[in-house]
Amino acid sequence: MFYREAGQFKTSYGADQAIFPILQDKLALAGIMAVALFVAPMIASTYWLETILVPFLVFSMAAIGLNILTGYCGQVSLGTGGFMACGAFFAYKLTTAFPDLHIVLVFLLSGLGTAMVGILFGIPSLRIKGFYLAVATLAAQFFLIWMFNKFGWWTNYSASGVISAPPRSVAGDLFITGPLASPIVKYLFLVVFVAVLALIAKNLVRSRIGRSWMAIRDMDIAAEIIGIRPMIAKLSAFAISSFYIGIAGALWAFVYTGSVEALAFEINRSFQVLFMIIIGGLGSILGSFLGAAFIVLLPILLNNLPSLIGVQMSVDLIGHLEFMIFGALIIFFLIVEPHGLARLWQIGKEKLRLWPFPY
Amino acid sequence: MSPRALTAWILGAPGVILIIGFLFQAIAAANSSFFFTWGYYAEVLIAGLLQGVMYSLVALGFVLIFKASGVFNFAQGSLVLFAALTMVGLMEMGLHWVLALVATTAVLVLVALAVERVVLRPLVNQPQIILFMATIGIFYFLDGFGQTLWGSDVKVLDIGIPRDPIFILPGLVEGGILINQFDLYAAATGGILVAVLAVFFQKTRIGRALRAVADDHQAALSVGIPLKVIWAVVWSVAGFVALIAGIMWGGKLGVQFTLALIALKALPVLILGGFTSIPGAIVGGLIIGAGEQVAEVFLGGFVGGAIQDWFAYMLAMLFLLFRPQGLFGEKIIERV
Repeated sequence: MFYREAGQFKTSYGADQAIFPILQDKLALAGIMAVALFVAPMIASTYWLETILVPFLVFSMAAIGLNILTGYCGQVSLGTGGFMACGAFFAYKLTTAFPDLHIVLVFLLSGLGTAMVGILFGIPSLRIKGFYLAVATLAAQFFLIWMFNKFGWWTNYSASGVISAPPRSVAGDLFITGPLASPIVKYLFLVVFVAVLALIAKNLVRSRIGRSWMAIRDMDIAAEIIGIRPMIAKLSAFAISSFYIGIAGALWAFVYTGSVEALAFEINRSFQVLFMIIIGGLGSILGSFLGAAFIVLLPILLNNLPSLIGVQMSVDLIGHLEFMIFGALIIFFLIVEPHGLARLWQIGKEKLRLWPFPY
Repeated sequence: MSPRALTAWILGAPGVILIIGFLFQAIAAANSSFFFTWGYYAEVLIAGLLQGVMYSLVALGFVLIFKASGVFNFAQGSLVLFAALTMVGLMEMGLHWVLALVATTAVLVLVALAVERVVLRPLVNQPQIILFMATIGIFYFLDGFGQTLWGSDVKVLDIGIPRDPIFILPGLVEGGILINQFDLYAAATGGILVAVLAVFFQKTRIGRALRAVADDHQAALSVGIPLKVIWAVVWSVAGFVALIAGIMWGGKLGVQFTLALIALKALPVLILGGFTSIPGAIVGGLIIGAGEQVAEVFLGGFVGGAIQDWFAYMLAMLFLLFRPQGLFGEKIIERV
């Protein structure tokens, strides 16, 4: 009744190609942004901001990055953790070497640096496919972590191998890193930053280059025959994906945790992000957000569940049970909806269009 | 394998080893801080080869499942951990190790049946990446399940394999070559396991059915091979292989959480040898094990050590650039 496109006519090609062609979608998006920008900072406690919303936004960024590579271009990568580490350490080196450089610029530059690394490790994808490639990307994962761990230069020779983000502000007093940063400023900065980059990603995947990625994903030989250059399509997917993942890594180290060591970006991080895009939906920007929310919230929920229902258990046992339930839920979700949460949303929308008169 | 390829291997492999040896000798001649003797080289090489067999044991489980169902089973590592934990748990209850072995095998068959029924059957016909993620789900589940049941302390698994180091060939090289006896037994077990699997695959009725399923699911179904039974069998066999690997690795490192992560070590072995080849898993394991050990000992010093973490992956990746399907993998034929 409320959600339908009947009566909304397009009078220009521009309007026809809009990201959200339906008025209701536009309103919903504006509503979500308004809630995220104005309502959430007012009602959310520091705990919510620091342990749920900030990591959610950082992970969304990483998930968008991986989704570009795996969901849109079809190249399975298990090197996400390594690329996140790249972004974090590049940002650290940049901002300590050039303290006057604006922090946003530092993030973008570290993303660019990670994109270069991504291209380098993407070269094998020109010959290797499928799971062989997935395992080959593990080379990036292990090599990069080893490198950041082994050479003191990356951490400015700190004895513990931990990098701590120096205080940097976006403008004036609005610190987003360092001890002075307030959770609200961090959160608002991330909302704006992630929203802008997500918008760019959404437009990228609808553009010529995004379509060439999807052609490669669906069948690379056929794509080559209709005139898409696989080298450019695959390497650009690696570059742009690594750009996003690198920025996510830098945000993780600078805005979320504040100090980080290379081991924080181990193989488990890669799997975590891969889970996000599979649960959220491969080949969907919205899915990246949904998946990130799911994977960030689930462990917190599982952690608090025993105390909520009043059962006393040892910490060890909770940890193991958490693993079990996490694994079981992953399998359950894959069986119920292999195309992810984004698909559920789509089905819901279809239903909503007909509601309340399904015939 | 054709006779020509076989000769190439028999001549080529020692050739490569010799060439690398001479290369190191040249470096040693030019750089006095670089330590190299042929005896030491042989010792490192043999230790690496034996280590490689251990990797192969884990990789075998992957290959079995990938061959029969096209599933890249990430859960193999946690299957190893689960098997070892169950075995130790049963032995601590006072069972003799032979009885514990039989009982654990039975438990693993149950796990295989459950996996087939609960995970694989509802996900039939899904894209490979979905199945891969499902096995990661199994990985987490089994990991937690095993430790919930048996606790997470480091346990000792001892079934009476001697572990004193021995010296061989004392006459040939100065001081002899030091070999860990435990590794020798592990290698022998690995060899026997492969032989048994080969006979099982080539000679038995179920083995033939397995090969048929590996070739083509649909064709196998249409000639009357029950796919569900085959999958349960292949997961059971993979569980048994995991048990053997668990006993060997558990005996070497102690049974603990990190056992699940040796699966990561088996992955480069897998892609080097080819996902679909049992001999490939063995040869790949030998190459990775020896290469890794030699690189760590002789080259690790130049870049700060601990290059074991990634060397195997780099080696496998560079190798794949020249042969994208691995050493013995089936040739990838693509049609539009």
